[in-house]
Amino acid sequence: MILEGRVHLFGHNVDTDAIIPARYLSAVTAEELAPFCMTDIRPGFADAVQQGDIIVAGKNFGCGSSREHAPLAIKGTGIACVVAHSFARIFYRNAINIGLPILECGEDLTGIMVPEERIRVDLERGEILQLSSGRRFYGAPFPEFMQEIIRSGGLIEYVRRRLEEAPSQE
Amino acid sequence: MAGQTMIEKILARGAGLEQVNPGQLINVKVDLALGNDITAPVAIKEFLRLGLDRVFDPEKIVLVPDHFTPNRDIAAAEQARQLRSFAEKYGIVHYYEVGRMGVEHALLPEQGLVWPGAIIIGADSHTCTYGALGAFATGVGSTDLAAAMALGEAWFKVPSTIKFEYQGKLPPWVGGKDLILHTIGRIGVDGARYCAMEFGGEAIAQLSMDGRMTMTNMAIEAGGKCGYMEPDQKTLEYLKGRVKREFELYYSDEDARYEKIYRFEVSDLEPQVAFPPSPDNVHPVREAAGIQLDQVVIGSCTNGRLEDLQVAATLLKGRQVHPRVRLLVIPATQQIYREALKQGLLEIFVEAGAAVCTPTCGPCLGGHMGILARGEKALATTNRNFVGRMGHPESEVYLCGPAVAAASAVAGTIVDPREVLD
Repeated sequence: MILEGRVHLFGHNVDTDAIIPARYLSAVTAEELAPFCMTDIRPGFADAVQQGDIIVAGKNFGCGSSREHAPLAIKGTGIACVVAHSFARIFYRNAINIGLPILECGEDLTGIMVPEERIRVDLERGEILQLSSGRRFYGAPFPEFMQEIIRSGGLIEYVRRRLEEAPSQE
Repeated sequence: MAGQTMIEKILARGAGLEQVNPGQLINVKVDLALGNDITAPVAIKEFLRLGLDRVFDPEKIVLVPDHFTPNRDIAAAEQARQLRSFAEKYGIVHYYEVGRMGVEHALLPEQGLVWPGAIIIGADSHTCTYGALGAFATGVGSTDLAAAMALGEAWFKVPSTIKFEYQGKLPPWVGGKDLILHTIGRIGVDGARYCAMEFGGEAIAQLSMDGRMTMTNMAIEAGGKCGYMEPDQKTLEYLKGRVKREFELYYSDEDARYEKIYRFEVSDLEPQVAFPPSPDNVHPVREAAGIQLDQVVIGSCTNGRLEDLQVAATLLKGRQVHPRVRLLVIPATQQIYREALKQGLLEIFVEAGAAVCTPTCGPCLGGHMGILARGEKALATTNRNFVGRMGHPESEVYLCGPAVAAASAVAGTIVDPREVLD
């Protein structure tokens, strides 16, 4: 999958309380959560996102709580992909499980990219292209096991397939 | 065969393998899967998409409505009802109702649902608490919980392990919270990202089970996948009368592989405070002295256990909460509440001018029961102090242990507990 979009730039250690504050956690769908995404640290973020935009962040993106509402809220805003130098582990698995494309980039792009510039992300090859400069950056492609979950369309579809293969668990 | 850590051995058992290695992707059978009133509704929605008429094992799922309960508003009431209805429909054995429940990570060990060697996942990041009992326990998301409710399995990357050794004897008024804050301050909020954190050494042996759970609880604040102590005599005493099933004890081999080893000498450790807006912004309490407070919270899955309340009561006995300060004391479970009542602790709190609340996560995550206004400052025994964590985005949260919290509630500013006693 190749995605091209405008960059929204964030720093290091963006926590899940910043991504979606707990006071909005009575909502459960991406659409309900989206308007409040990043509202405490960047008011107006959800309105500023155009469908297909890309978040570029530093290290440990999504640290803090296990709330799946965080990747859901990001997905709901129309963000197509999150590229970070590293992800907190629960956010990482939540993003895969709900089908929000993410890519861990070997290089910290926070000092290299600027807000609103356009980049192209090739998820299969783990490649990030800065269109203004033509520079390419690389991230680790997903292990086979996770690609299978992604190909299935998320963890629930993957589980459904497993259940169909072995209808009786006894 | 290379030496194995406690966690590697437990994960190998769960995966049905001789041995596992850091970085290896494995599928394990889970012994327990946990959800709460915020994460379980999302999990239930996903689970229902599978169209199953039963869960993998109704004895191995735990549902605890603890975050926005007693229901803070209609939306929260609907979420709590979803848990209740699901528990009824699928015959979930371990569902805990308001008035008989507690903050999940204090509740599960107390109720004997955690045992050494167990593999536990919870749709709550502080599930890592149970490592204090020698279990592998880690936080996951709601979809992971949904999959586990269906299959009884979860996928993991085997973590590499970092060892933390604490030598020396802890000074008075310094406890598990100070040790873990000090550690996170040293290694940073991603210092143990994806790793297992093994806590050991003399100072850990001296800690009570309550103090140990405070430490493993905050492994996630260093990015850890889990935190744990190897079981010892204190662990076994704690388990006596709680855990009815048989269990095997796992220990790290002498030649186990560690990614890194940190050593701390703690005999002179001062009480620690994490400044906003990050749990790794840690300073000795004297550097926080004089910071004026609006609210103090003693409670949560980190420090709402009986020992925490006993420490706070010792400092609050015969003293008054500062007129400008609102002190909230939240026993973490109904059983702790009852025990604190019997021991006269609640009377001490009430006499001091504190508000004693029923068990809830409440203010810790800015849910309810103590939200901060713009510009207000709180000191809390909770685990996170991110921007807006306890209320208004321009409010601030400082983190500490129960001794600093109780002493500061009296002083009205952050103080070293030793000063209040003098």
